[in-house]
Amino acid sequence: MQIDSWLTTNTFHHSNFWDLNALVQEKHKRKLKISLCIPTLNEEKTIGKEIVIFTSELMQRYPLLDEIAVIDSDSSDQTRQVAAAFGAQVYLSRDILPGYGEQRGKGENLWKAIYQLNGDIIIYIDADIKNIHPRFVYGLVAPLIFRPEIQYVKAFYDRPLASSQGIRPSGGGRVTEILIRPLFSLFFPELTALIQPLSGEYAVRRQVLEKIPFPIGYGVETSHLIDVYHRWGLGAIAQTDLDRRVHRNQHTRDLGKMAFGILQTFLKRVEALGVLGNLPELSTTLRQFQVNNNVFEEIPLNIPEEERPPMIEIPEYREKFEIS
Amino acid sequence: MADVTREQESTLADSFEDILTALPVIREASQSAREILLANLVMIGEIPSPTFEESHRVEFIQNRFVEAGLHNSSADEMGNALGILPGNSGEQNILVVAHVDTVHAATVDHTITLQPQSAIGPGVGDNALGVAVMVTLPILLELLNIELESNLVLMGASRSLGRGDLEGLRFFLSNSEIPISVGIGIEGFPLGRLSYSSIGMYRGEIVCSVPEEYDWTRFGATGAIVTINEVINHIQEIRLPRRPRSSIVLGSIMGGQAYNTIATNAVLRFEIRTESEQVGKEIFHQMEAIISEVSSQTGADISLDVFARRSPGGISYQHPLARAARRIMSTLDIQPRKSPSTSELSAFISHQIPAITIGITYGEHQNTPEEEVAIEPVFTGLAQLIGILLAVDRGFCGAD
Repeated sequence: MQIDSWLTTNTFHHSNFWDLNALVQEKHKRKLKISLCIPTLNEEKTIGKEIVIFTSELMQRYPLLDEIAVIDSDSSDQTRQVAAAFGAQVYLSRDILPGYGEQRGKGENLWKAIYQLNGDIIIYIDADIKNIHPRFVYGLVAPLIFRPEIQYVKAFYDRPLASSQGIRPSGGGRVTEILIRPLFSLFFPELTALIQPLSGEYAVRRQVLEKIPFPIGYGVETSHLIDVYHRWGLGAIAQTDLDRRVHRNQHTRDLGKMAFGILQTFLKRVEALGVLGNLPELSTTLRQFQVNNNVFEEIPLNIPEEERPPMIEIPEYREKFEIS
Repeated sequence: MADVTREQESTLADSFEDILTALPVIREASQSAREILLANLVMIGEIPSPTFEESHRVEFIQNRFVEAGLHNSSADEMGNALGILPGNSGEQNILVVAHVDTVHAATVDHTITLQPQSAIGPGVGDNALGVAVMVTLPILLELLNIELESNLVLMGASRSLGRGDLEGLRFFLSNSEIPISVGIGIEGFPLGRLSYSSIGMYRGEIVCSVPEEYDWTRFGATGAIVTINEVINHIQEIRLPRRPRSSIVLGSIMGGQAYNTIATNAVLRFEIRTESEQVGKEIFHQMEAIISEVSSQTGADISLDVFARRSPGGISYQHPLARAARRIMSTLDIQPRKSPSTSELSAFISHQIPAITIGITYGEHQNTPEEEVAIEPVFTGLAQLIGILLAVDRGFCGAD
C-alpha cells in the first residue's frame, strides 16, 4: 500500500466522528462490545478526572463503552482508591493470571487487560493526560466501528500552538524522530507514515491483540506496529489526530532509557522476522554517566525487555473465551 | 438510590410544605447526576474564560444546551449562552444565570484535579461549578422526574466581572422580549450564601503617571508609587458612617518597573461599597477632590476611572422569595448567610425583577490556582436550587 493513499484513507481527525449518536448506533448494529483500559502507576492526580469524564460522556450520555477498567502496577499513592471512588473497575495487575508471575512495566498491564476485559475492542489510554476529553476514546474507536478491515488505530497529536498557513513540520517527540523514524525508514519504510508511532493511546480488536506478543517495557508500541504490519499489512492500521495532549515532560536521561528499551525490542523483532541475520547476544545494560565532585562515574542501568507470549497461547485465556 | 417518583412529583404542586418534605429525597436522588455534573465541571473549568474572552466556554455551553434539547439555544451579540427549557404552561419565565467569566488569564494552567472529596483548580468554584450546575439542570430535572410549569431560561452570562460590569446580563434584560418573573444567580460557593439585596458600589482605578520631563526637585519626586501612596493616605482619612454601612476596599495596587528605576506609573484598584446611594456619591466626590489636590501638589497626572456602578436595592427580608429560600435552606440544614451582593442581583434590581443569588458548596482559596470545592455538599446545594425553583414555579414566591 502506498503511503500517500494510506494517509488519505486511513488517517482521521477526531472531528470526523463528532456524531456520537451515529457511532453508538453503528456499534449496536455490529454487536460490538468495547472496553477501555487505563494502565496506572501513581496517577492519583489525573485518574479521577479521566474516569468521571469517560463515565459521564461515553457510558451514561452516549453508551459507547461497556466497561472502564484501571489496571494498576501497585501504585504507592491513592490511584486505586480514587479510581474506585469514581466507579471504575480497579484491578491489581499481579492479581490477574497470578500463576504467570508479575513483571514490572506498562506492557504487562496491557497484556493482562486482554484476559481481564471482555470487549471485542480494547482501547488503551494513558492516565497522565492533563487535558483529557472524550475525543481520546471516540476518535480511536470510531475507525474500528465503521471500517471492519481496520484492526489497530493509533493516536497522534498535531495541533500546533501557533501556525501560519502553508507547510509546517509534523512528527513525533524526540525518541520518535531520532530513533524510530530512522529505524523504520531503514527497515519498514511504510510504517514511517505513522506520525507518532510511540503514542500511548490506541484501540485494537481483540482478535489481533490476542495473537501478538507483548514486550513488557518501553518497546510495546514499536513491537505492536511491526507485528500488525507484518501479519495484516498497512491497510489494517489507521491513525487519528486527537489535537493536543498535555502531559508531563520527560528528561533527556529518561528518554535514553526509553530508547534503549525500544531498540532492544526492535532488534529482537527484526531478527525474529528474518529481516536481519542472527544478532549477537544483546546486553540489557544501559550505561549513563554523572559527575561526582569532578569525578566521572558510570551509572549502569539494567533494562531488560521481557516479553509476554500471545495471549491466545495461555490456556486460562482459551478457557475463559471458549477458544478450542 | 432514592428517586423522586411520579407520585411524589405530582404532590410537589400541592403545598410549600410538600416541597420541604421532598428535599431530602431530592438531595439523595441528585447523586445520580454526579458523574455528569463533575464531568461538566472539569470540562467547563478547563476552558480558560477571562472576562471579554469567554467565547470558547460559551460555545461548550451552547453545545450542551443543544444536546439537552433546549429551545432557542444561541449566543447573543454580547456573548451570552442562552437556552430555554419550556414549561408545561409557560405562564412565567424563571431565569437561572451563572457568570462564565473568571479572574484568571488564559495563560494560567487551567488543569483541574479531581479527588474523591474535592475538585481543585483555578476558577473551579468561581464560577465553573455554578456554570456546570446551570448546564446540568435540564438533565437533573429529567432524572428527578420533575416537570416545571414555568419556562426555565438558562443563561451563561459573559462580561460579568471587573470591567465587564455585568454587561452580558444587563444586555439580555434590556433587549430580550422574554419577560422574566424571577432571577436566580448561581455561584459555586459558598453554600449558605443568600443574597437578595445589592449594595451600592463604585468600582474603578486611580492611575498615576509621572511625565518623562518631571521636575525631580519638587515634592513627591520619588515618582508614581509615592504619589499613589499619598492618595491612599488621604483616602484613609475619609470618614465613613457606621450607618448606613459603607466601606472603601483598596483591592489591588501595581506600579513601577524595576528595583532601581523611579516608577513612572502606578495603578490603584478600589471599590466603594455602601448601603446608601447618597453616601456613595459623597465618598466618590471626596475621592475626586483628593485626586485633584494630590495632582496639583505633585504635578503628577492622576486620573480616576470608574467603570462599574451599582445602585443599592433588592427585595426585602420578608419577600416571599427570600422567605422561601431561607426555609428551604433551613430544612436542608444549611445555615443561611445573608450577604449583600455586587453580583448579578443589581442587574435584576434595576429591572425590578425579584432575584436571589445562592451558593452550591463549600470551598476555599478563592481566586487562586489552588481554588478548591468540596464535592459532597454539592448535592445539598442542588436540592436547595431545585427546592427554590419548585417554590417559584408552584407560585409560593409571589409579590411581597
